[in-house]
Amino acid sequence: MTVKIEKLLKMAEQITANMAFTGDQEVVAAKVADHLNRFWDPRMKAAIKAYGEQSPEQLSPPLQAALVQLN
Amino acid sequence: MDNFYNVGAERDYGTPAVPAGDTAMVSLSIDGMPVAVAEGTSVMRAAALSGTQIPKLCASEDLEPFGSCRLCLVEIEGRPGYPASCTTLVSAGMQVRTQTPRIAELRRNVMELYISDHPLDCLTCPTNGNCELQDMAGAVGLREVRYGYAGENHLHEEKDETAPYFTFDPSKCIVCSRCVRACEEQQGTFALTIDGRGFASKVAASQDEDFINSECVSCGACVKACPTATLSEKSVIEMGQPDRAIITTCAYCGVGCSFRAEMQGDKLVRMVPNRDGHANHGHACVKGRFAFGYATHPDRITAPMIRDSIHEEWRQVSWEEAIGFAAQRLQDIQQRHGRKSIGGITSSRCTNEEVYLVQKFIRAAVGNNNVDTCARVCHSPTGYGLKTTLGESAGTQTFDSVMQADVIMVIGANPTTGHPVFASQMQRRLRQGAGLVVVDPRKISLVNSPHTKANYHLQLRPGTNVAVINALAHTVICEGLEDKAFIKERCEAEAYATWRSFISEQRNSPEALEPVTGVPAGELRAAARLYANAGNGAIYYGLGVTEHSQGSTMVMGIANLAMATGNLGREGVGVNPLRGQNNVQGSCDMGSFPHELPGYRHLSDTSTRAMFEKEWQVQLDPEPGYRIPNMFDAAVAGEFKGLYIQGEDIAQSDPDTQHVYAALGAMECVIVQDLFLNETAKFAHVFLPGSSFLEKDGTFTNAERRISPVRKVMQPLSGMSEWEITAALSTAMGYAMSYSHPSEIMDEVARLTPTFHGVSYARLDELGSIQWPCNDEAPDGTPFMHVGEFVRGKGFFAPTPYVATDERSNSQYPLLLTTGRTLSQYNVGAQTRRTENMAYHNEDRIEIHPSDAEVRGIVDGSWVGIKSRAGETVLRADVTERIQPGVVYTTFHHPESGANVVTTDNSDWATNCPEYKVTAVQAYPVSQPSQWQEMFQRFNQEQQELLQAGRREPEVLARS
Repeated sequence: MTVKIEKLLKMAEQITANMAFTGDQEVVAAKVADHLNRFWDPRMKAAIKAYGEQSPEQLSPPLQAALVQLN
Repeated sequence: MDNFYNVGAERDYGTPAVPAGDTAMVSLSIDGMPVAVAEGTSVMRAAALSGTQIPKLCASEDLEPFGSCRLCLVEIEGRPGYPASCTTLVSAGMQVRTQTPRIAELRRNVMELYISDHPLDCLTCPTNGNCELQDMAGAVGLREVRYGYAGENHLHEEKDETAPYFTFDPSKCIVCSRCVRACEEQQGTFALTIDGRGFASKVAASQDEDFINSECVSCGACVKACPTATLSEKSVIEMGQPDRAIITTCAYCGVGCSFRAEMQGDKLVRMVPNRDGHANHGHACVKGRFAFGYATHPDRITAPMIRDSIHEEWRQVSWEEAIGFAAQRLQDIQQRHGRKSIGGITSSRCTNEEVYLVQKFIRAAVGNNNVDTCARVCHSPTGYGLKTTLGESAGTQTFDSVMQADVIMVIGANPTTGHPVFASQMQRRLRQGAGLVVVDPRKISLVNSPHTKANYHLQLRPGTNVAVINALAHTVICEGLEDKAFIKERCEAEAYATWRSFISEQRNSPEALEPVTGVPAGELRAAARLYANAGNGAIYYGLGVTEHSQGSTMVMGIANLAMATGNLGREGVGVNPLRGQNNVQGSCDMGSFPHELPGYRHLSDTSTRAMFEKEWQVQLDPEPGYRIPNMFDAAVAGEFKGLYIQGEDIAQSDPDTQHVYAALGAMECVIVQDLFLNETAKFAHVFLPGSSFLEKDGTFTNAERRISPVRKVMQPLSGMSEWEITAALSTAMGYAMSYSHPSEIMDEVARLTPTFHGVSYARLDELGSIQWPCNDEAPDGTPFMHVGEFVRGKGFFAPTPYVATDERSNSQYPLLLTTGRTLSQYNVGAQTRRTENMAYHNEDRIEIHPSDAEVRGIVDGSWVGIKSRAGETVLRADVTERIQPGVVYTTFHHPESGANVVTTDNSDWATNCPEYKVTAVQAYPVSQPSQWQEMFQRFNQEQQELLQAGRREPEVLARS
């Protein structure tokens, strides 16, 4: 994992952890996706999405579900 | 309309005005003329309001009446004797005579006594021409001193010149107590007193110490209050009296004090706080009042410079060449690496107009949204948290609102150092009896200051803010202290039900969280009860709230607590972020964040985007750009190549310095627009000399959303205004910007931003300052937000689960480092380090508790290594009980300290605001600087040599 991906993953999981209370996995995933769509540069989204497709086991389940919903 | 560029002396009505309100009017006669004034007005003020100046010495409009000088005697029909007009209030039908032969004789007698013990050196005295004693001698017609001058006197008292900015000459003192009262009433430090009795009475600082060694904080209130030359600004002693004044706004902290810049030609003699200033009401601090010498410091760079690599000498060039070089480099990078490979950073120290132009330049000329502001690293969580819960990214009150607060809760802020003028106002309210809760890992001075003491100091462990706010809210809900009617009427029912259920869970109870926070549950519950039952509860918070991995969550938690207790939407309550720098609020308002346009409107909003596209005549990218930390990461990865930085020293202020250095070093074109060769400029290829606030027309917006005018008192030393530089760069990049004055930029902001529709320079001149929103619904601005309804409609209770930071102490790094600032230095210190404020703080030290110091063999003043997983630095120890065991603390005002070498890349989950306030570290005795510090010294030396070698004719600016 590159340093860049490591940082993006840490940030995304942090967002997921802070959204965790908001509902079931589906709700959390939608909220995480919305947050990333609203605040992340498309290149960051593309990078983590690509990593998620390659190594899904490295991501928490809600984050995996969120990445599918990214613009 | 007044000409704010040439205002006369401030008029002093002798005693304070009666607070506005439903006060009855009282009719009386003064010297036979009918007068009507508000009930509670003094006779002296009533006379002054009707045009009669009663002679006075101990009275001042800024101070409560004292009645000691006996010069303001009057006769009142039906009353015996000669009452002092300053301490006598008007009453209906009162007949006052201010001038009779008997009164004239009494006043002359009083003056005669004063002058018999006063040096008669008026012609060479610094206050010659501006001395109240001299004026009063003239006013009472003093012609002789029958007692002579040979008697016992104070004429040979020694002068105290130890304070950096003013002198104390007791030989000229008339012991009127104005300085003592100013220190007590205005500043609240109580550093001065009248020592001794009778003839031996004298003004003394602390226990009769030199000013520099006393508790004096050099706010200058005593100097302004002094009616003689006893307390005089050294600048006035050196230069003489100013001949005109210009009303402008301070460029230091987020209080945004209004000042009279008092001038001789284009030379600034002194800055005097403006009594009509809406944020400061005539008060100031050591920075705004005195620390302006940086503006004309010899280190100022006043000519543009360029170089191809950071290891080459700088070359001074013309503006045209510098702008052309910068534009060419940026365009070349874009051609090779794509449109999104460059970006910009706006400054929270620059004006709204300058900030607006930089974000417009990035979006319209560069063609992407890679623009961010230094608010990213301070108050971005405030924007996110308050927008989410209340609907607007701003504080809710005026500063004056604190005077109606019954309980004040200060969380993660140290107002006496960070926002000193507001702190004085807050302390005034506390002295009147308001309750105080302090939530802070450190024992800040508010916890126990003269005549005020916190009811509760919740001394939490760094990183546990959210746990504390949840426990406070849990107490409120579970003990039935919430404002049910407010919640029902004003807040979203479903969100409230969800939040209520969450916050009521046992895991959020003070008892359950005590092991996490370190705050005794009983104390926390008592604090919650005090706030909830306050009547008016007001929360003030600072970077101790935002600069955490859960900064945004904490801001939402604060808003939740205020909503749950009904403490929003009126005077005396509210959620009040104390903004660090002068224009943090403004830089955010002006659309500096990569995801939103001016007025906090998201780029994805097509109608807003369309409005800007029409005005700017460009197609805007609808996707967010990089935030500052993202820019650094991308630069290190080789994907981000160019940066235009307006007035911001990211190499010193941003966390994880070595990462920042790597990012800056990896870029092909770094353009710095600043006053000095700061730490970031040492990595720059283009240096565009900026202007100090004294050289600008524009506006700053303070923490109250108050837009205040900044007025040019001298021409830009570089010959070019900062907004002109940005416009020229934009034009050179192919997107023409043609403004003739900053007022046109504000007009554009007003056209495009609903909350600014009613703002213009003409309205600012008319009103003095304006709190946004200012539009058709609120033509004079908005002192209190969310009255009747939240900006978002219904208030939103956001869930705030406590998620512990990854940054935890362990056996390798057993201490938690937290950072902050001092009173005398400002942010990275680029300005204040170039002033006499160095006399107060000339190095950053590491505060450590005696028990932690002892087990490590660290003694006060010794060198201490501080190591985190990010880096290592060396500082001198300040062994103190201000800090709790297990926690260490330092400031970041000096670049060689390397405080941010130690801080990490951890950041707030929602905004990437760095977690400056929690870094796990180890501390140990050392005998030499860290490797980083040695590298810093070498790099600094190299860059200073490259600067000096490149300067064709080093300009030496005469200090004014």
